[in-house]
Amino acid sequence: MHIVVCVKQVPDTKIIKINPKTNTLDRRSAPAILNPYDAHAVQEAVKIKKVLGKGTISVLSMGPPQAVAVIKKSIEIGADRGLLISDRAFAGADTLATSYALSKALERISKDMPVDLVICGKHAIDGDTGQVGPGIARRLDIPPVTNVIEVSEVNESEKRILIKRKITNGYELIQAQIPCLLTVEKEINSIEYSPMPNMIKAARYEPVIWSVNDLEGVDRTQLGLKGSPTIVGKMFTPPKPEGGKRLEGNADEQIQQLMELLNDKKELLQPNSNK
Amino acid sequence: MSEKFDVIVVGAGPAGTSCAYTCAKNGLKVLQIERGEYPGSKNVMGGVLYRKQMEEIIPEFWKEAPLERPVIEQRFWMMDKESAVSFGYKGLEWGKEPYNNFTVLRAPFDQWFAKKGVEQGVLLINETVVLECLTENGKVVGVRTDRPDGDIYADVVVLADGVNSLLAKQLGYHKEFRPDEVALTVMEVINLSKDKINDRFNLEDNQGCTIEIFGDSTKGNLGTAFIYTNKDSINIGVGTTLSSMIKAKLKPYDLLDYLKTHPMVRPLIEGGESAEYLAHLIPEGGYHSVPKVAGNGVLLAGDAAQLVNAIHREGSNMAMASGTMAAETIIAAKERGDFSETSLNQYREKLYQSFIIKDLEKYKDAAHTFEQYPQYFKEYVPMLNRAANKFFTVDGTPKKDKQKEIMKSFTSERGTFRLLQDMYRAWKAVK
Amino acid sequence: MMDEYRGVWVFIEQNEGKIEGVSLELLGAGRKLADKLEVPLSGVLLGYEIKSLTREIISYGADQVYVIDHEVMKDYRTESYMKAVIQLAEKYKPEIFLYGATSNGKDLASAVATDLSTGLTADTTMLDVEVEKRLLEASRPAFGGNIMATILCKKHRPQMATVRPKVMKAMDPDPDRHGEVIEEAITLKEDDMRTKVIKIVKDVTKKVNLAEAHVVVAGGKGMGDIQNFQMIHELADTIGATVGGTRDVVEAGWLPHEQQVGQTGETITPKIYFAIGISGAIQHVVGMKNSEFIIAINKDPQAPIFDVATYGIVGDALEIVPKLIKEFKEARERGGEMSYV
Ligand SMILES: Cc1cc2nc3c(=O)[nH]c(=O)nc-3n(C[C@H](O)[C@H](O)[C@H](O)COP(=O)(O)OP(=O)(O)OC[C@H]3O[C@@H](n4cnc5c(N)ncnc54)[C@H](O)[C@@H]3O)c2cc1C
Ligand SMILES: Cc1cc2nc3c(=O)[nH]c(=O)nc-3n(C[C@H](O)[C@H](O)[C@H](O)COP(=O)(O)OP(=O)(O)OC[C@H]3O[C@@H](n4cnc5c(N)ncnc54)[C@H](O)[C@@H]3O)c2cc1C
Ligand SMILES: Nc1ncnc2c1ncn2[C@@H]1O[C@H](COP(=O)(O)O)[C@@H](O)[C@H]1O
Repeated sequence: MHIVVCVKQVPDTKIIKINPKTNTLDRRSAPAILNPYDAHAVQEAVKIKKVLGKGTISVLSMGPPQAVAVIKKSIEIGADRGLLISDRAFAGADTLATSYALSKALERISKDMPVDLVICGKHAIDGDTGQVGPGIARRLDIPPVTNVIEVSEVNESEKRILIKRKITNGYELIQAQIPCLLTVEKEINSIEYSPMPNMIKAARYEPVIWSVNDLEGVDRTQLGLKGSPTIVGKMFTPPKPEGGKRLEGNADEQIQQLMELLNDKKELLQPNSNK
Repeated sequence: MSEKFDVIVVGAGPAGTSCAYTCAKNGLKVLQIERGEYPGSKNVMGGVLYRKQMEEIIPEFWKEAPLERPVIEQRFWMMDKESAVSFGYKGLEWGKEPYNNFTVLRAPFDQWFAKKGVEQGVLLINETVVLECLTENGKVVGVRTDRPDGDIYADVVVLADGVNSLLAKQLGYHKEFRPDEVALTVMEVINLSKDKINDRFNLEDNQGCTIEIFGDSTKGNLGTAFIYTNKDSINIGVGTTLSSMIKAKLKPYDLLDYLKTHPMVRPLIEGGESAEYLAHLIPEGGYHSVPKVAGNGVLLAGDAAQLVNAIHREGSNMAMASGTMAAETIIAAKERGDFSETSLNQYREKLYQSFIIKDLEKYKDAAHTFEQYPQYFKEYVPMLNRAANKFFTVDGTPKKDKQKEIMKSFTSERGTFRLLQDMYRAWKAVK
Repeated sequence: MMDEYRGVWVFIEQNEGKIEGVSLELLGAGRKLADKLEVPLSGVLLGYEIKSLTREIISYGADQVYVIDHEVMKDYRTESYMKAVIQLAEKYKPEIFLYGATSNGKDLASAVATDLSTGLTADTTMLDVEVEKRLLEASRPAFGGNIMATILCKKHRPQMATVRPKVMKAMDPDPDRHGEVIEEAITLKEDDMRTKVIKIVKDVTKKVNLAEAHVVVAGGKGMGDIQNFQMIHELADTIGATVGGTRDVVEAGWLPHEQQVGQTGETITPKIYFAIGISGAIQHVVGMKNSEFIIAINKDPQAPIFDVATYGIVGDALEIVPKLIKEFKEARERGGEMSYV
């Protein structure tokens, strides 16, 4: 079984700061990390390999040269090998151009070793889109199963896989043919504490880096900024509540005022929803 | 059986990285283990990096290291409730190569420094805690980490795990600290625009300033406060020995709050946004608390060996120098193929002949003196402020009379004999 | 070429014959866009034996409903739904196409956008249109919600976006509205499908998910003790909110760590944040200050939480919270102006 996990380097949005004057990212403030969902994707591949007792896990990332860090991180978790596609031609890609570039790299990877399963994160925390995974699946013409919370069974000989997919208020049990593409939720597994030999292997590991010339049959107009239909028009800070307004009167009067203020938000205030 | 290294360095602070860097550069196989997410992620330092020791490891490091500002002015304040007697030195030559020292933020700096080590061939492993040293027949042969399959072996283990070195304690080299041997320092990084910093501290873009504050900064307790300028933030912190804190029933955060709202300090940081809050111990026992630094297969460097000059707030420089000496010792020991205590004791000799131990010895009684005689901070600083106020107030009194009056008030407040005694003690402590 | 594309479309998500709330909200938002552009608003309805839903869709603002009713479409599957949507879009060429940002909506939209080679903006929270250039302005929080970015798709059609549930407003339904139902046929065979939904399991256990909660009721040390803190849970239950707290509360063992808001806990941006008995220490505030609507209840008028609160109530939480709970419960029973769907 050959599993390819797509992993992305993202700024840690928990710590990120925005320069309020220029509305740009204060990159200094945000360390780059492995997209947390992708860490779970790698972990799931490790789990599947363990259950099957054999297999190869490759990780694939597109990004600047320093993105090798997330490949090393994936090796720590237990991936066997890693590959970075890095080229100016990829820069500025939106999700459509990203899925194109990644699918071209996947085609090249499967020439050497056919790919049975592609696993992506549910979404990347910098863009929060979740569009790249399904996009790759379309381009490779394999079925996607998104929001996976459990891989219940992998049947290699019959080439099928049994999956639980999260839906709004529960889950679906889905059977899919292999090859297919999964995008995983965080709850699918918990990241195990990597053993020391993996850590040492990762510290030494040097990922393979491909440029656009290493890929075959690439239509350059579909890459990077050129291949991206969406553009960012403007950035602005969300309208802030005016702040600091005090309600007046005694407790009952204040409550009455509050209830009125909340009146136009009543659709949000339904018992036992949003859980 | 897991693989064996020449050296395992525990900790990726200035001590550990200096050692790992030097060893790797000389062809040794080095594994460096850091518990933080990345080097510097858990480190706290007021922020003055001294040029000399760093330059000995990486010449002209200022051309590429992530530094904040070269320090061109050092101020000292003897601060009372609403006043301060201040002195200091500002030298524009310090703003040019080769500089004197720099303000730094540890997170980017330590990361950069560790990366230089990795470029030399150090295998750096983050997010891993070393739980204990592995020993065989009284010799340290490796470490046990908290990871599965986590035992690793080496000829020498260097403990550069910082002030509270649990590993050195386990080996019996340290005792638990007495509360008067460590200072608890709390500090905050406050974001403030470059322009505001330049205005308020009278600086230009690539110039920095440090202020060391004595007196009311610590509500009269033994300890000091500091304000350092970064590019677009300020480090402000205050520390006092654990023992005075316990005695005065203070919480660390109270002290910092007190300092931040002090009328002398508030205008400097006004409008800034608090970015980080950190607390950390600094060993201040000085000369008297330096433990055994070399054993069979093991060396201690930096704060782990309690190499901090509390009076001058030097630490990172001693950490780097000691880390380098440890590396030199290991390289020589490797040539001899002998990692016994006798062989590694060369490190101790190096330390004791260097500025590190000499400086620590010079100040060996300072902390005790100030701790035992709180009047230095509680009484003399206010007295000094009253005196300066009198002296500089223009009210028609002849200056000569003013001086007399000031001396009189000094002696009447504390008595001539005690005053002289206190002065002598203080002089002896720092001479 | 781009001029061939006309009209605003909304993908109508139905589960077991029930239309998802977000689809009705999108009809409300889509109505405004369609009016500005002076084009019809259409719903796209897929499923099996779902034709009866077309009336509801029209009553919520649609001028037309495209329907594909087919056995293979019974449960949502990317493969089958994608084929149907692409077939419709290629044939009728809408200029704007909106989907709910639900699991299925996002999944479907991503696949469709890839095939149509067009732009797709995810998780939109504000929608507008530049009439002259007929350009959809889809704005969404970026970088963890600290900032908004407006995404444009200038040269490709349709312009697609997924829109977060509960940010747009549905219109009041009008049962007398008229509209057209357009049925389409599709050739799909179950045997060609590479995925099968074997069963659907409803999960009734609720998991705390602070990060995704729209409404958070957070309590602090000011609640006094763990017994009093139960009021926080009760208020949250009453209004369907998720409970959060300060570090002090977590350390006191009143709440598990997953529910801590702040520097060393979760950073969240719910629509409504109740801060009750919380002083507003900076480490707490950094985790919640970007919430849209912050209500603080604290008996200390100087408490820093009031500096970030949209509305502050100075008073005793132990008195106010029970009254609030009562108000909400009564309002629900009363119906009318504070009625709940
Ligand atoms: C508030 C403050 C202000 C200061 N100001 C200055 C100043 O201006 N100038 C100056 O020169 N010095 C200053 N110092 C002192 C200086 O910070 C220290 O002396 C210096 O950092 C010591 O370096 P080190 O490498 O020995 O230890 P550390 O920098 O503490 O590094 C130890 C490293 O080991 C890691 N570690 C610990 N235990 C383990 C374990 N079991 N397993 C794995 N890793 C472990 C830690 O995470 C850490 O990264 C200041 C200190 C403080 C607290
Ligand atoms: C490094 C660090 C990280 C931290 N990380 C976090 C973090 O992630 N999250 C976090 O929350 N904190 C964090 N803290 C702690 C933070 O500094 C505060 O201590 C904490 O948020 C205070 O919690 P509190 O508001 O519940 O309690 P308090 O500060 O004790 O405030 C209680 C408030 O309740 C009010 N009150 C009392 N009785 C009543 C009543 N009957 N009715 C109404 N109001 C009443 C009081 O006026 C007071 O304002 C961190 C601290 C540090 C140093
Ligand atoms: N540049 C990239 N390199 C590798 N994988 C990516 C990249 N961008 C997105 N992905 C994968 O697609 C998933 C969804 O990303 P997104 O659509 O950007 O939210 C991620 O979790 C990754 O698995």
